[in-house]
Amino acid sequence: MLVRLFFKLRAAKIPVSVTEFLTLLDALNHHLAHGSVDEFYYLARSALVKDETHYDKFDRVFGEYIKGIENVADLLLQEIPADWLRKEIERLLTDEEKERIKSLGGFEQLLETLRKRLEEQKERHQGGNKWIGTGGTSPFGAYGYNPEGIRIGQDSSRQRRGVKVWDAREYRNLDGTTELGTRNIKIALRRLRKFAREGAPEELDLDDTIKSTARNAGWLDIKMVPERHNAVKVLAFFDVGGSMDDHVRASEELFSAVRSEFKHLEYFYFHNFLYESVWRDNHRRYNERITLPQIMRTYGHDYKLVIVGDASMSPYEIFYRGGGIDHSNDEAGATWLQRMLDTYASAVWLNPEPEKHWEYTESIEIIRKMMSNRMYPMTLEGLDDGMRQLGRRQGMPKSVAPVALET
Amino acid sequence: MTRFAGTDSYIATDDLKLAVNAAITLQRPLLVKGEPGTGKTMLAVEVAAALGRPLFQWHIKSTSKAQQGLYEYDAVSRLRDSQLGDTKVHDIANYIKKGPLWESFQSNAPAVVLIDEIDKADIEFPNDLLRELDRMEFYVYETQQLVRAAHRPAIIITSNNEKELPDAFLRRCFFHYIRFPDEETMRQIVDVHFPGLKKNLLKEALEVFFQIREVPGLKKKPSTSELLDWLKLLLAEDVPPETLRADSKAAIPPLYGALLKNEQDVHLFERLAFMARRTG
Repeated sequence: MLVRLFFKLRAAKIPVSVTEFLTLLDALNHHLAHGSVDEFYYLARSALVKDETHYDKFDRVFGEYIKGIENVADLLLQEIPADWLRKEIERLLTDEEKERIKSLGGFEQLLETLRKRLEEQKERHQGGNKWIGTGGTSPFGAYGYNPEGIRIGQDSSRQRRGVKVWDAREYRNLDGTTELGTRNIKIALRRLRKFAREGAPEELDLDDTIKSTARNAGWLDIKMVPERHNAVKVLAFFDVGGSMDDHVRASEELFSAVRSEFKHLEYFYFHNFLYESVWRDNHRRYNERITLPQIMRTYGHDYKLVIVGDASMSPYEIFYRGGGIDHSNDEAGATWLQRMLDTYASAVWLNPEPEKHWEYTESIEIIRKMMSNRMYPMTLEGLDDGMRQLGRRQGMPKSVAPVALET
Repeated sequence: MTRFAGTDSYIATDDLKLAVNAAITLQRPLLVKGEPGTGKTMLAVEVAAALGRPLFQWHIKSTSKAQQGLYEYDAVSRLRDSQLGDTKVHDIANYIKKGPLWESFQSNAPAVVLIDEIDKADIEFPNDLLRELDRMEFYVYETQQLVRAAHRPAIIITSNNEKELPDAFLRRCFFHYIRFPDEETMRQIVDVHFPGLKKNLLKEALEVFFQIREVPGLKKKPSTSELLDWLKLLLAEDVPPETLRADSKAAIPPLYGALLKNEQDVHLFERLAFMARRTG
């Protein structure tokens, strides 16, 4: 009966297992949700979804399931940055298709319409009766885009009172993962955690010694255990916007993987290069900023620093005061990066740009030098190396003095 | 089967009630997450009270082991007793201390067990309890004894999301995320706690409260329990509603110490209030 819902949920990458599905059926058998769609919704959610970050996805799939319309499930990107979308499309489209778009009025026109629709959707959305939907079967249908026409927004089903519950999508902000299936990256990141458990020297296990001695009827029985640093602490910085748009997807995959792997993980966003402040919430990047000195005061030296960025920019943005791309910074970015490296001895820079292109971009070479070569490509192998580097117990890195270029 | 429908002192939303009832009916653990101060721990207390069941609480610390919930073998006092020549040393059962789960298994009526803040413990902790929670039985190796629950207890587990919980564990639970209450629910909650509260004062206070929650950059947003504390203070001081209104526009609400628990937050708030006064 509900098998279709089950597979829809799985298709939307909500980790639902057969056990949980059977539990739901069992609950229905016990008349726990009798004759009310609302109750069924609550019951299904509590039986099938075990993480509030999936609530939003669940709401969407459920709404769609109830309406019996085949779409949306794969449309999990709710706010699509136009620049990124365009690049993605350019990458995906064949020349022939591009020609067709031109005949439809060109990119600008289409994007403009799309933007309008998105805005419209955002406004009406608060009323809780619309969302983006896709109708196409083209490869970019998943991104809410179709050269033969954009179909966004659809009528709410007015006759169902309960629909508003999931249509309101109150859990949207909790959705930290726009992309799942990050198994590969997880494996690499796990290495860091594993190291923390093994590599350290042994210490006396007092509890076990007492226990074994007692069990041994008073004969001393010394027990040793590896010293445990149970919590690997990580500060992660993610580059967003600008030239990183191509890599948004890759970084977010890494981001969603990184979230579950450590006990202490603090993540921040920046644009192009580290300056005096960063932000935690992309939607509030202009009013909720955290300064780097604050970060350096708050998080101890034992945190490990992971920076994810393509490091592709003009060298001015690194070395010059006021070189920042969106604002005028009082001190050069290089100074700030150096301060961070002085504070956090364990640091790596992960670069999604293919390694063979690095030498052709001046800024990548500069940053790599500043990181004392600790820049790794964002491949499984690169991550592996990077994590191994982070795991190493190291003294202060050999710092490359910031080059004075100021005039 | 009795159903949980909230109590005189606890307002439960529809979805929460359903999750609790589903967990009780199907005898599976209920995992509850949510912002601090939204009443996760209180839920177990209230469920036990509402259904008239005994409650067993197990508060988890970072050093807690799954074994401690079942039983502990106190080898050290046995060693001490053996050196003192105490006769009870011969029976190992004298040194087995029952944990909350064992206690609840032995209870004459179906019980409610609270496993509070399960995410505080080691990552392996939930996995170590899988069999015990599934089968509601465990084996005491020291005394070669199998302990099985006479009545399967309702188990309520809370988590503050400090760690991810293992999938195998999650699959066995019902899950509920307690949202921060909206203004309507909040009114009901306050009403339950302070039935005689003056309408005006409540309205003004709630406005101030939700305003403070909106201030960006607060380290710890005030939660329901803090609101209740604050109202208690306001009532005790007999603050008239008008002061609250006047204050909320330009300055700091009176007795704000009950709402803001963090020095930096208070500082931030004072600064904002100061700026508001200057511009206004």
